[in-house]
Amino acid sequence: MTGLIILAVYVAIFVGSFIVTKFLVHKTRRDFTSLKTVTFGDESAVSPNRVASVVSILTLFLIWGSFTGSKLLPSFLHAPGPTTGEAELTYTLEAEDGRRDDATIAILIHKHGEEVTEPAIEPGDGFAKNDVMTMASGRTTTIIFDKNDEITRKMGAKVVAVDGKPIAPGQTVEIDAGTVSLSDKGAIQFAPPLGLQMDPIWLPAPESVVSRFVEILKSGYRGSTLLEHLGYSLFRVVVGFVCGAIVGIPLGYAMGLSNWFRGWFDPIVEFMRPVPPLALIPLVIIWAGIGETGKIILLFLAALWIMAIAARSGVSGVRITKIHAAYSLGATKPQIMRHVIVPNSLPDIFTGARVAMGVCWGTVVAAELVAAEKGAGMMIMVASKFQLTDIVIMGIILIGLIGFGIDILMRMAEKWLVPWKGRA
Amino acid sequence: MAGLSIQNISMRFDLPNGSSVQALKNVSLDLAPGELLSVLGPSGCGKTTLLNIAAGFLAPTEGTLTLNGHPVTGPDAERGMVFQQGALFEWMNVRDNVSFGPRMRGQKEADYGKEVDHLLDIVGLRDFKEKAIYELSGGMQQRVALARCLANHPDVILMDEPLGALDALTREKMQSLVLKLWKETGKTIILITHSVEEALLLGERLLVMAPRPGRIHKEYRLPFADLGVGKDLREVKKHPDFAVKREEILAMIWNMEEEIMGRTEAAQ
Repeated sequence: MTGLIILAVYVAIFVGSFIVTKFLVHKTRRDFTSLKTVTFGDESAVSPNRVASVVSILTLFLIWGSFTGSKLLPSFLHAPGPTTGEAELTYTLEAEDGRRDDATIAILIHKHGEEVTEPAIEPGDGFAKNDVMTMASGRTTTIIFDKNDEITRKMGAKVVAVDGKPIAPGQTVEIDAGTVSLSDKGAIQFAPPLGLQMDPIWLPAPESVVSRFVEILKSGYRGSTLLEHLGYSLFRVVVGFVCGAIVGIPLGYAMGLSNWFRGWFDPIVEFMRPVPPLALIPLVIIWAGIGETGKIILLFLAALWIMAIAARSGVSGVRITKIHAAYSLGATKPQIMRHVIVPNSLPDIFTGARVAMGVCWGTVVAAELVAAEKGAGMMIMVASKFQLTDIVIMGIILIGLIGFGIDILMRMAEKWLVPWKGRA
Repeated sequence: MAGLSIQNISMRFDLPNGSSVQALKNVSLDLAPGELLSVLGPSGCGKTTLLNIAAGFLAPTEGTLTLNGHPVTGPDAERGMVFQQGALFEWMNVRDNVSFGPRMRGQKEADYGKEVDHLLDIVGLRDFKEKAIYELSGGMQQRVALARCLANHPDVILMDEPLGALDALTREKMQSLVLKLWKETGKTIILITHSVEEALLLGERLLVMAPRPGRIHKEYRLPFADLGVGKDLREVKKHPDFAVKREEILAMIWNMEEEIMGRTEAAQ
């Protein structure tokens, strides 16, 4: 239900901001590109609208804050939260001999974690006495209504109506204050309206994720600082990737240059390529344990095949005219290798390296989820076991940012080292 | 014997399905030093195969090939090659492309520097020395390819449709440049082209080849290349003989193509 409302709000902001931007902010563009409506195979006709990107990110945070009751947002932007304050319900107790008496229960619903004191009330007359109790918002509570009554359930009394609405054990009625149901043993269960906000157990507010981030940054988590956790993950990725590249690139070259190597390694590479590295985790744990060696072996295997295939296609992809040209300019075989084949394969190798780094980052997090002493994946896995959702979300955001950062760095390196890529 | 000598060359390609294609049959040709030969013919007549054999990329199934008296056994710096496109090294700048040959022979900047700069001047790329290959236009790239070939001092320059991918205007300018370089350097040149006009303008000798099997159909000796040196090539095209020869060769190639089409239709 809440999910559908969130989706509706999201779609409404999407459409609304589109209309606003189109008619108010942007002057409508009327050039050749804007007239293109079909853009198959012609990506140049579509470029990202940066206004949309900014609004998109703001919308995500807005919805996040709104549905978690974030303090960063003014309260009129909050989705209705769980009921707090005073609620009241009246129950009708029927004794075994058929006599009936009404009593009220005053309930003080306080915010989660708040300390409140029960207000004093008049017990009232009749054999059913008035009650008072406190409960945390967003929770359901069982009301032992008859602990002060003159005739208790043990003595055969039972609740027959709540706020005048008839009820029997196992039934549920809606009253002004919320939902009331009667348990099989005849106790009243009361659930005030939950509202639309998420419980922090499911989704904490942005500021609590931020404050948790600051806290972990200062004091660490599970005996290691945040930088240690992230650093260990990155260290494993870099070492695994470098090992994979050191073995994979020469292997790919050999496969691209020699029939024998190609024939020998083709079945192995083609078989290992479609095996997801995650599927190797159990085997690697059996062989090498959960320490650094096992993780680095896993990442080595994740990077190895990608790099070998990239290097192979880089070598096979060299235009024969370039080789011919080099030969007829008097170059020897080793010179052609060094000055033509290797540089010609660099763009392919960089593409492979980008893919491999992405796969390695995903694999290291997954491997740490399974078993690790330190690392980004271990951090969020342990936090999830203690239902520390804020740490889990913080971890996911950091993992995403680092993955994105790795890709940006690889792209920058590519632009700097192989500027001719895609332009030959 | 000086010059390039091609004697009774035949080339047969064996196909994977067991049949074979006779790409060239009994082709003989003598080229004196400093001659400029253009080769024309319909597709499939073996022009490129002939050039690849001359370059040493392919070994003929029969026949012999000698340059200045010694047999040709493989690619060598004495036979330079200019391709249609895509043969430059994108990872080097213009100057490093041009100096590739000398550098591979172990020469130092002091040995080749002046000459490379001079060649870049001749082809009009003085201001583009440090540019990357992909920053140049198609015509400029072909000028780099020409300069790179010349920097290596080949005896013979083999050109495989070097101007085929250029636009008409650039192409005309490049034709003048080829003529100029030919006269100034006195190189022996074999130029393969699809354009009859280009073959007439540039070829001191012109070879028309016929397909299936690839063979020499007719040979011309033409005055236009000499007329065109240092002149506007459009003037040369106005020469009365030019139009006559062009029509004659066009008709010849047209008939060959018709014959091929007719044969395939009959085969079906």
